[in-house]
Amino acid sequence: MTTMEVVTQQPSVSVASTPEAGPKTKIEVRDFNFFYGENKVLHSIDLVLPEHQVTALIGPSGCGKSTFLRSINRMNDIIPGARGEGLIAIDGQNLYTPGIDVVALRRRVGMVFQKSNPFPKSIYENVAYGLRIGGVNDRRTLDETVERSLQRAAIWDEVKDRLNGSALSLSGGQQQRLCIARALAVDPDVLLMDEPASALDPIATQKIEELVYELKNNYTIVIVTHNMQQAARVSDRTAFFMLGKLVEYDVTRTIFMTPKEKLTEDYITGRFG
Amino acid sequence: MTRGAADKIAITLLGSSVVLILAILVVLIGNIAMHGARQVTWEFITQPPRDGLMAGGIFPAIVGTAALVILMSIAAVPLGVATAIYLHEYTPAEGLSLAWKRFKASKGRPGRKRLFMRAVSALLATITRSAVANLAGVPSIVFGLFGLGFFINFIGRNIDRATQPPGEVLWGQGSLLWAACTLALLTLPTVIVATEEALRTVPQDLREASLALGATQWETIRRVVLPGSLSGILTGGILGISRGAGEVAPILFTGAAYYLPFLPGDVTDQFMHLGYHVLILSTQSPDVEATKPLLYGTVFVLLALTFLLNLAGVVIRTRTRSRLHR
Repeated sequence: MTTMEVVTQQPSVSVASTPEAGPKTKIEVRDFNFFYGENKVLHSIDLVLPEHQVTALIGPSGCGKSTFLRSINRMNDIIPGARGEGLIAIDGQNLYTPGIDVVALRRRVGMVFQKSNPFPKSIYENVAYGLRIGGVNDRRTLDETVERSLQRAAIWDEVKDRLNGSALSLSGGQQQRLCIARALAVDPDVLLMDEPASALDPIATQKIEELVYELKNNYTIVIVTHNMQQAARVSDRTAFFMLGKLVEYDVTRTIFMTPKEKLTEDYITGRFG
Repeated sequence: MTRGAADKIAITLLGSSVVLILAILVVLIGNIAMHGARQVTWEFITQPPRDGLMAGGIFPAIVGTAALVILMSIAAVPLGVATAIYLHEYTPAEGLSLAWKRFKASKGRPGRKRLFMRAVSALLATITRSAVANLAGVPSIVFGLFGLGFFINFIGRNIDRATQPPGEVLWGQGSLLWAACTLALLTLPTVIVATEEALRTVPQDLREASLALGATQWETIRRVVLPGSLSGILTGGILGISRGAGEVAPILFTGAAYYLPFLPGDVTDQFMHLGYHVLILSTQSPDVEATKPLLYGTVFVLLALTFLLNLAGVVIRTRTRSRLHR
């Protein structure tokens, strides 16, 4: 499909681009379309995500927000028949040009999943995993990185005495923070989070949210959430998706206080979804 | 008939079939254990047969069986595991028809060559899977004939022609090597199916976690998928091997000897085998009554070895299960 064809299929909703000139652009999305087989699930998405900010992706189930998130590190590649077209650029480099090194990309773009998925290995080996596949075997480097990553993920104090214990013996919230530490260990600059707290209790959720707030000083974070309050609490900007289209994208405060679109207002006030 | 009566009849029928199976097993094993166990003396398992197989022990048959099983495992397990990994991890999950449909629908789009390769790979997987399924249904005597025709008469003779002086036969005859290869073919389907089953138990979550950290697919397989499925692979491998260990038909024409004065010292040597020894004792003996105790003893040892292997498989499986559910 050519660019021209896609432009003519532009959704009728208005798309607000970056509201005010400010921080540097980290991720730029232009006319991005996504297909599962013949099924088009993302329609001409345009977005600009600033560096060191948290962007929340909200919308009803099946709206394409998770698909969009997984397009940013090309995790959708492993789904048979999945195909992206258009532009998603990180630091100006399009991820959807042929010949891009997906493995290298994923080292720059960390991901945290909805269900915590630590490896059935020790806590230490979970965090060291990304380094080991990168060929790092020096004990001191590993030790330092493991400690630093666990500290950044705010779980060091809870696990420092049992680094060789099984990761599966941790609680759900601890496992999720361990997964965050594991992602941080390979030193990415973007962190994608797919409903990272949806399976956690309120206290564990709060810890994750505080962590997100901390992490944005060093990372550009994109977070998918079903929880409106969470989006309002943790994010700087919010993008509202519906039926595979980006309905509205703006500073979080604006989205929640004075949305431009009727659809957005209906959704955040709980009239549907 | 009331529903209650139907229920009682069902329970009686189902229950009695269980009792019947158990009874057969108890009679079978009990009989062998009763007559066989007392034959198993130190002499019986450490001495070769004497007096035209009418006395002595079964030591060469034990050694031959062990050597055969080890060689067979070396051939069957790596090949079977590799095939299963390819089938489960690398071939398109969407299957042949969908892969082909997507290729056809992709006309004029970039990446068409990749979709074509996917369809070819899916075709290959379909062919391999049905070949494996059919292989599992082939009677074992057919494997034996195939081994004779292919390994000995074709491969072996050709090696001889190329490496031996004219008239000399080294590879083109029954031997430990060709018997092990034939038996490996028989065991392959079991190993492949069991390994695929084990790979399926590794959660997709873990593969995604590894890939998302920048691991390649092979790194993910080596560091996450294989360690997570190792016990299942081992269990399946052992069960396949223990089945192969007792098979006689595949080795009839490919290397088993009914009596050898020496132990096999090379893969080109012939060998004695417990299962084959049972066949010989029960059909070739001049005095059937006199060899009966030996026969019981041999069957007992063969059964014990197979049970030990099965037991090892079960132990590995339960151990990992309890580790996973901690």
